[in-house]
Amino acid sequence: MNPVNYLYLAALLFTIGAAGVLIRRNAIVVFMCIELMLNACNLAFVAFSRMHGNLDGQIIAFFTMVVAAAEVVVGLAIIVSLFRSRHSASVDDASLMKL
Amino acid sequence: MSATAVHSLWTTAAEVEPFGRIPTPHIEYAQLAPALIVVGAAVLGILVEAFVPRRARYHTQVFLAVVALTAAFAAVVGLAAGGYATTEAQIAAMGAIAVDGPALFLQGTILLASLVAVFTFAERRLDPAAHGNRIDSFAAESAAVPGSDHEKAAVKAGFTTTEVFPLALFAVTGMLVFPAANDLLTLFIALEVFSLPLYLLCAVARRKRLMSQEAAVKYFLLGAFSSAFLLFGIALVYGYAGSVSYARIADVVEGSVRTIDPALADTMGNDALLLIGGAMILVGLLFKVGAVPFHMWTPDVYQGAPTPVTGFMAAATKVAAFGALLRLLYVVLPGLTWDWRPVMWAVAIVTMLGGAIVAITQTDIKRLLAYSSIAHAGFILAGVIAATPEGISSVLFYLLVYSFVTIGAFAVVTLVRDAGGEATHLSKWAGLGRRSPLVAAVFAVFLLSFAGIPLTSGFAGKFAVFKAAADGGAAALVVVGVISSAIAAFFYIRVIVLMFFSEPKPEGPTVAVPSPLTMTAIGVGVAVTLVLGLAPQYFLDLASQAGVFVR
Repeated sequence: MNPVNYLYLAALLFTIGAAGVLIRRNAIVVFMCIELMLNACNLAFVAFSRMHGNLDGQIIAFFTMVVAAAEVVVGLAIIVSLFRSRHSASVDDASLMKL
Repeated sequence: MSATAVHSLWTTAAEVEPFGRIPTPHIEYAQLAPALIVVGAAVLGILVEAFVPRRARYHTQVFLAVVALTAAFAAVVGLAAGGYATTEAQIAAMGAIAVDGPALFLQGTILLASLVAVFTFAERRLDPAAHGNRIDSFAAESAAVPGSDHEKAAVKAGFTTTEVFPLALFAVTGMLVFPAANDLLTLFIALEVFSLPLYLLCAVARRKRLMSQEAAVKYFLLGAFSSAFLLFGIALVYGYAGSVSYARIADVVEGSVRTIDPALADTMGNDALLLIGGAMILVGLLFKVGAVPFHMWTPDVYQGAPTPVTGFMAAATKVAAFGALLRLLYVVLPGLTWDWRPVMWAVAIVTMLGGAIVAITQTDIKRLLAYSSIAHAGFILAGVIAATPEGISSVLFYLLVYSFVTIGAFAVVTLVRDAGGEATHLSKWAGLGRRSPLVAAVFAVFLLSFAGIPLTSGFAGKFAVFKAAADGGAAALVVVGVISSAIAAFFYIRVIVLMFFSEPKPEGPTVAVPSPLTMTAIGVGVAVTLVLGLAPQYFLDLASQAGVFVR
């Protein structure tokens, strides 16, 4: 199958993720959308790696997975601490500093 | 087919290496010493958290952090003295890291700024002791729910979040690698290595914890969003050039590659990949820099984060991010100068004007400094746009100037306190000059430097970037820069007038007498402001010697 189709899929997933970040209001769901964007990047890397016939893209995909895992650790810790003190993970409720 | 035939098939297949042998990596440990020292100390700091008794952790961690940052700075000076900034500049670690003038200059700046910032982290005399224990700016136990019995017990037991020191060291590691990154993968990893600890550091304030947690969530979600953009941009540029190495991408962009395979010929013809990818990488970097339209996180995060962390973040992150931006634009994309310059012009103009104009309406001193930092990002971008060697050296000099003034200014903010912690509302600063002339005078010096008044370092820095921009053919940008400097000077002077020429309120804040740690931070800020303002020539020469990228 033509690897370019995977690029279209990657761009579509990235767009869905970005739209989700902008639209959704629950911090956990926003965070999941960011993870979707990172996975779209992985798909693009692997597809380009196949097109160019070198391994760089696949290696970067592994690095991205590790970074995404580290980001989950940090992100969930922050979101859980926010949830425990406010009993809400809504990003709209967190507005102490609005002008 | 016989078993041996199958076996030989299998063994032959295993020996086929379609992508060639992977060579053993050759790592130049000496050239990478600054980052290695700091990351080693950060790992040791984690072990200290695990094994050293709670009572001794604070002193151990402070000692470790100070020693590591000093040693790393000595390593940077040693490398620079060994000529790595000029004649010996090279690419180390299998093409991943550049050891050259801008990298070493910025690493030195980051290390000194972080050292001063660590002093403000370690300050424990601003608040009166609680239950006989000295307390710092960080939560007794950040996992405890604010206002809960758990938190009260932690405060009573005298716990402190000493993890901030290793976290800061990890962040510094990422910042050291970020401006030196010589391929896009290293760029991304360094970005994450310095961002993740910063998200956590934002969340651990002792006072106003809800605001601190809110700032951390905002910073985290927006930061992760922007790094996803950066990563997709990297994917597209990798798709365009078939490599993530800066030198290789630059060759492909300029069309000077020797061997072109069919796949590369196919993707090279597709400029959309390069332009969209490059734009998305720039979005990620401009977010870290805090340039308009990617600045929305800056005021909230600067206001909510513990003030020592704000100072550290404002200074060191900006240095690292501008270093990476310079290298990307000057090393990877010089072939696209005519494409990125108009875009950066627009970004610089809206950043300068936007930061300066919105700052006028602010009533919180930390938010005011946040918008001022946005305006300063615009001034530095003017130097970046010059696209000349003077552009590089002026940006290096400006970053040196800006980082120490910023840390000093935020250190002064930690001193002005009332019952609820820091008194950051501007109305409470009225008459501070009558009550505490020295602190107000020092803050006035920092504000004058931000405003770029002659005889302060801010003037020397602004003059350098505007001169470089004008010589580089961006004279209109300089006009906008001067106008927004004038607008910015208005609100800096307004704070000075508020401090010195209005009556102090009877229930106004008190000014804490800090330990030598914060005094050092503020003193270094004042010294740098005056020395670089009165005699900038030596440092300008240093910056211009360091202003050549290796490729």
